[in-house]
Formats: sequence, C-alpha cells, structure tokens
Amino acid sequence: MLNNFDDIIEKLDNHELWDFPGGVFPAERKTLSNKTPIQRLSIPGRLYVTVKQHIGVEGHLIVEVGQKVLKGQALTKSMNPFAVPIHAPTSGEVTAIDKHVSAHPSGLPELTVQISSDQQDKWAQLIPLTDYQSQPKMQVLSAICDAGISGMGGAGFPTHIKSSPKKDVDFLIINGIECEPYITSDDRLMREHAWQIRQGIDVLCHLIKPKHVLIGIENNKPEAIEAMQVACRENPNYRICNVPTKYPAGGEKQLIQVLTNREVPAEGLPVDVGVIMHNVGTCFAIADAIFSGKPLIERVVTITGEATEKPGNVWALIGSPVAHLLAHCDYKQAVQNQPNIIMGGPMMGFSMISDLVPVVKTTNCILAPTDNEMAGNNEQACIRCSACADVCPASLLPQQLFWHSKANELEKAQEYNLFDCIECGACAYVCPSEIPLVHYYRIAKSEIRVEQEDKQKSDKARGRFEKREARLIAEQQARDEKHRLAAESRKQAMAGSGNNAKDKIAAALARAKAKKQVSSAADDKLTEPTKVAPASDAQETIRAKETEPRTKSVSSNQRVQAAIERAKAKKAASEVPVTDTKPEPILKDNKNVTELNKKIVQKQQNDLDDVGVDEQLAKVDNQVQVEVTNTVIPEDVIPHQQQQVKADNKQVRITAAVAKARAKRDAQKITNNQGTSDKTAPAQKLNNTETDNPVDLVNIEEQQVEIKKRKIAVAVAKVNAKKAAEKAAEKNDPLL
Amino acid sequence: MSLGFAILTALLAIGLLALVFGLVLGFASVRFKVESDPLVEQIDQILPQTQCGQCGYPGCKPYAQAIADGDEINKCPPGGDVTIKKLADLMGVEAKSLDAAHGEEDIKKVAYIREDECIGCTKCIQACPVDAILGAAKQMHTVIVDECTGCDLCVDPCPVDCIDMLPMASSAASWRWDIAAIPIKQIG
Repeated sequence: MLNNFDDIIEKLDNHELWDFPGGVFPAERKTLSNKTPIQRLSIPGRLYVTVKQHIGVEGHLIVEVGQKVLKGQALTKSMNPFAVPIHAPTSGEVTAIDKHVSAHPSGLPELTVQISSDQQDKWAQLIPLTDYQSQPKMQVLSAICDAGISGMGGAGFPTHIKSSPKKDVDFLIINGIECEPYITSDDRLMREHAWQIRQGIDVLCHLIKPKHVLIGIENNKPEAIEAMQVACRENPNYRICNVPTKYPAGGEKQLIQVLTNREVPAEGLPVDVGVIMHNVGTCFAIADAIFSGKPLIERVVTITGEATEKPGNVWALIGSPVAHLLAHCDYKQAVQNQPNIIMGGPMMGFSMISDLVPVVKTTNCILAPTDNEMAGNNEQACIRCSACADVCPASLLPQQLFWHSKANELEKAQEYNLFDCIECGACAYVCPSEIPLVHYYRIAKSEIRVEQEDKQKSDKARGRFEKREARLIAEQQARDEKHRLAAESRKQAMAGSGNNAKDKIAAALARAKAKKQVSSAADDKLTEPTKVAPASDAQETIRAKETEPRTKSVSSNQRVQAAIERAKAKKAASEVPVTDTKPEPILKDNKNVTELNKKIVQKQQNDLDDVGVDEQLAKVDNQVQVEVTNTVIPEDVIPHQQQQVKADNKQVRITAAVAKARAKRDAQKITNNQGTSDKTAPAQKLNNTETDNPVDLVNIEEQQVEIKKRKIAVAVAKVNAKKAAEKAAEKNDPLL
Repeated sequence: MSLGFAILTALLAIGLLALVFGLVLGFASVRFKVESDPLVEQIDQILPQTQCGQCGYPGCKPYAQAIADGDEINKCPPGGDVTIKKLADLMGVEAKSLDAAHGEEDIKKVAYIREDECIGCTKCIQACPVDAILGAAKQMHTVIVDECTGCDLCVDPCPVDCIDMLPMASSAASWRWDIAAIPIKQIG
C-alpha cells in the first residue's frame, strides 16, 4: 500500500531515502559544460518554430506569411485544452509557413513557422500576473497555458493540465536530478536562477496545494543544491533532497520511488500516488510567465561533446537551428568521421539528420561527440548474461523483450510489459554484446502503436461498412414496399377503370338512343325546319364528344342522367326554331347569346371544381342548346327568304332584260334608219325613240334601283346571319 | 430378494440422477444459448476491414463466414502475412503464403480524387463500401482520407479516371524507429 505521508516525512527528516532497482553509473562528463555561466546567443537570422512541440494537439495558426511579428507574440491559438500556443522568439517577419525538418528521430518534416529576424528583438506587450495569489486558479492556469509552457524535462506534457489535478496531492516534486551524462542545463539554471525557480514553485504550490514540496537534486551538483537551499530557506515546506547519483534517477517514476517509496502503477500517473512532478526548467518558465508575462520563447541548452571547442550552456531561442548553436561553440566537424550530432543526452538522445533541426521546448542538450566517445555498432548475439535485467530500473526482463521484439512477436512482448519500459538505455549500456536493445523496443512499440491504430481504423471501417449495409437493405426494403404499394394502387385503378369503361359504354348507348328518339321526333314533328334538328344534333354530338373527357370523373349514373337531360333539351330546342323564324329578333338574340355564352363559360370554369359540376353541366347544356339552336336557325331560315327574294329578283331581272333587249333592238333600228334615210327622218325617228323610250327607261331605272335595294338588304341580312352564326359557334367551342 | 431390491434401487437412483442432470443440461442449453457463432466474429476482428472484396467475397464479414466454413485463410492481400499468421493461430491450421491469385500485399494507400476533373457522377460514392466519399450529383466529390480503407473499389467505376490511389503520407507519429540510428555509449 501507499506509504504513509508522515512516515515519509519522518524518514526524509532523517536524511534517508529509498532506492529504485537497477541503475547504472556511466561517466558523467558534466564538467565539460558546467564551468561557464549561461551565455547569450546572437539572434539567428532565421528561426524555425515548429507548430507542435508538446504532447497533445497543435493550435491553429493566427499569423500569415509576410506578417510582422513581435517578440513573444502568439503564433497559434486553440480552444482545445490540450493545445498550448507557440510564440515568436524574436521580432521579425513570417517568411514561410511550411514543412521543415523536425526535432524528431525520424526528422520527418513538420509544419513550421519560419521567421526572419529583424535583429531589433522588440517585445510585444506583456501582461504579468504578479498578484496571482488573489487571482482565481483558472486565471493563473490560463496564463501558464497562454505562455506556451509544456514540460521541459523531456516529454513535453502541457503544464496547465498537469497543474490542475482532480485529486489531493501529498508531494510536489521538483525534478533537478539531470541524471544523464553531459547535460548541465538544469544544473546551471539552478545555480544562476534559483530564486526565480523558487518563485515558480510558489506559483505551482498556489495551484496544486501540495502538503509538501520536495526538490530532488543529485549529489553531483553541490553548487545547485546550495543555491536552491538558499533560495528556499524561508519556506519550511520546501525540502531539498540530496539524491545519490545513479542513472536513471531522474526518471519520473524512479524519482518518486526514491523520494517517497511509492510506485506509480503500470498504466497510471504520478497523481494516482499523490505526487506531481515538474522540472526546474518548467518552474523557471512559470515564474517568467506569471511575474513578467514572458511566454516560453527561450531555454537553456547545453552544447557539449569533445567535437566542440567551447562547450557550455546557452540561452537558445526556441526555433534556432542547431547549426547556429554549434557555430557559437566552435563545432569542429573535422574530428568526426561523419557528421554526427545528437539531440538530447547520450543515453536517450537521437542523431539528427540535419543541422537545420530547430531547438524545441524539450531540447536540453546538443551533443557533438568525437568518434572515440561513442561505441561502434558491432552488435553480437545475446549471450543470456542477464546483465540487462540487473540494471533495469523498471524491473523488466530486457532479454525476453529483446527476443520477442526482434522476432516481431508483439503480443508476447506486451505480455512482458514492453510499455513499462522507460527507454532509459541502461540495458544497452551494460550489454556485453553491444545490442542496441532500446532500439528494438522502440521499433516494437511503434509497431504496436501502428497496429493499434490500424485496429481502431478497421473497427471504424467495420462500423461504417455495417451501417452502410444496413442502410442499403433498408433502402431496398423501402423501394420494394413502394413498388408493392404502387402495384396495388395500379390494380385498384385497373378495376376502377373497368367500371368506367362500362359506364362510358352505357353513356354512349344512352346518347345514341336519345339521338334516335330526337331524330325520329324531328322526323315526326318537323315539317318545315327539317334541316334544323340534324344540324343542332350534329353540333350536340360534337359537343358531347368534347365534354366527355372533362366529365370522365363524373359517375356513370349522373352521366346518363345528363345525357338524358341533354336529349330532352335537344328535343325542346328542335321545337324552338319553329316559333322563331324572323331574322331580326334572331340577330338580337345572337348578341344576347354571345354575352350569355361568356357568362356561362365563366360560370362553368368557376363551378368546375365544385361537387355539383354535373348538375351545372346539365343546366348549361340546356341553356347552350337553346342558344345554339337559336344561333343556328338563321342559316337555315335565310334560304327561304332568299328563295323568295330570288324569285322576285328573277322576275324583275327578266323584265329588265326584256326591256333592255327591246331598247337595244329599237336603238339598232334607229341607227340603221339613220344610215339609210334622211337626216330628218332619223331625227324624227330619234325623236320617236326619244319620245317612246323615256317612259320605258324610267321604268327600267326604277326597277333596277328597287332590285339593288333588295339585293343590298338580302346581302346585309345574310352577312349578319353568318356573323351571328360564327360568333355563336366560337362561343360554343370554348364552352365545350 | 435383497439382491434384486438392491439392483432396483441402484437402477432407480442412477435413472433419477440421469433425469435430473438431463433436465439441468437441457435448461442450461436453452437459458445460456450462444446467439451467434463467435468464431466468425473472432475472424472478422482479425481481418483488416478494407472491404475491398479481393478475397472474392463482398466484404470482410462474408469472408470471415467463409473461413469459418472452411475456406482458405490466405486470400486477404491487404491483411498480408500478419493476418494470415493470426488466422492460422486462431483456426489451428498451417499458415500459408498469400494466394497470389487474389493480389499482392501492397503499401497502404488512400484514394484521392483530382477534384477539378471530377464530373460529379456519384459512381464512386456508390462503389465505396465505407461511405468515405463525399459529394452529390453534378457536384465535385472528395475522399474523407481518415475513413478511406484504400480498397481500390472506386477507381474502376470512375468514367473520367480522376481517382488516384496515393500512398499514405508518413508522419512522425506513425514513424517506425530505424534500427540504423547510431547508439551512443560511454567508453570512459
């Protein structure tokens, strides 16, 4: 179970500590770089600020190419709690936003903001939060987040997340161990800025409210221990712990074990055992952010290795290319067989593929070793000496892990707790066969991660596939259902239309019968206007034909009734003409008819949609028939008149022609006489003719005038009748 | 008499027991009935779910069913040897090499539509087994890269051949450690 808090304090009071299993004691090589104070670098001409420098998600860019930025100006922003922004390390202009070689073992290009500095180093406006103790916690946390602070020890976990625990915290541990050889950046920082680190610890205490603060420093840094002790003298709650030097005591889990004897569960976090750990560099950055408002834009980087003339620590702007740092320390590439620069320490660092790799928030060391400082790559077979198992700080079985990792038996490697490996490299360090064990583990780990990712992806694909299948089936069913319904309704319609046909036949029969009756009645009754009935009947049939499609929807019985009514109306109509024979009233009637027709058309159109359409139709039929017959009549009546008129005309014309012929003959006689007899005689004769003829001529003229008048009257009557008939026909047509 | 009685008692006791156990077993088989064939599910879990149909079945589940019914396990090119090995372990058969008749193992790819050439015919959308293509009739289509399984089924139906299968872009997150990285060791 967890060690009791009081027991731990009691033991710490006695200057006693616990230990973690395994561990190695590599040559420290720290004196190379820890003799000189931290130096300031000149501002590089171009900076490469990687957008994602921490664990979590990257924010979205809020600057664009060509934009002028000030020192400390935020370049990204995000609402995501796991995103921390990046800032412009110096003032200048954004020259490009594209992929640039990253500070990652793969060196794969990542999104990077390139800033060309204007060497002015002009700060943006900074907003300190000096009265943090009176501010709400959220305010302080967001200030830390906005300053872009993520863990500076190695993993780069967002500090504001780590500093807002949901559980009670017994110990806040400040990690100043720096156990890896060569690296001295934290050492120098503690020596020179212990006061500010303590301020950062104060802020963290305000946020986390731990019962006790432990500052762990390895005993190979006595100056740092002293400086921190001086800085923390006023705080009885802050305890400097002098930790024995052993690699990897600086590992989070290992340091917790050393200081509290609590073990972090395999898949758990330190907070599960009541501990939160921060790096000293992070504390310094927090103090910077809170008390001066400065975001995290520079950090201490150790530049060391025997290939550098002047190793030491420098304040490097985040985004400075490694080449700029190496140039400051006079890196001599000539002493190396092939260029080899390592980012990080010799145990856990990685070789860089380019010297344009930028410094990121987790970069603590740039190592440029000579050839005899590093081991050759002459891997030999495992001899099962189990030296690796002896030094493993996580109590794993490295050779078993190696075995399974190499054989790509990932499941078995996981059974041996591969993911509890902290990749400290202690096993590889002691391996007599010089097997790069950690690399095998890293490969296996990435394989497993890729596999898990694939698994997730395939699960997602399966889900999508199944959903799609279900959807397709549902759609098919819906279609089938629709087709079935459509077929059913069609069947019903077929049955319905069968009745309809019968109705039609019945209606036609009724109509025919009616027609027959009408015609026979006409034959019986009509003596004078024989032509009238057939004519109106013909029109009627045409109209009936045309109305049919309209009244299809109407039920059969009603139709039959309508037909009968029509027939009756027709009969009545056939009798009408007998009474009306005079052309003049007809003409008046015609005008009325046209008006009436107009009204009817409107009425019909209005009433078409009504239920009583049929009755209306029947009525209309009656009316129209009456009117139609009226309009028709003139055509048929006129011939009689014309015959009379014509007969009169004939007589008149004959008499006129006779008169004319007589006059002509007389005239010829006179001319003949004139040609043969004396002038007097013809004159007499002419006189004679003159005296004889005038009477005749006058008569003829009178007759001709009369004829003309009659003709005109007849023509007018004809034209009028025709016009009326046409109008009636026109009006009837749209009505039908 | 006593012997006959003893035999009768024994028979009765055994018969009674048989009856009781029979009832218990009968009840258990009804009460704790396994709904579906778990083997098919297990095989389906191993298959890569590209739904590409290269095995000759219309999707991974049908192939899983077919394997459960005794089909060969080496018909899945996207899964490759890893899948075959796992299937062999599960089915208790010998792992064979991939059947070349169904295709060869290839690097992971995703479909990419050259959008300015797309005529919006929706044929690829209908072909996609995982609904990873977005678009509408006479509108430009595009592939949701995260959802694409790289099954290749959308390439053939495209009337203007504007779909490419591009290899997946490698990122630092999916990068596999390179053994060639030089380890550092102290000699001091």
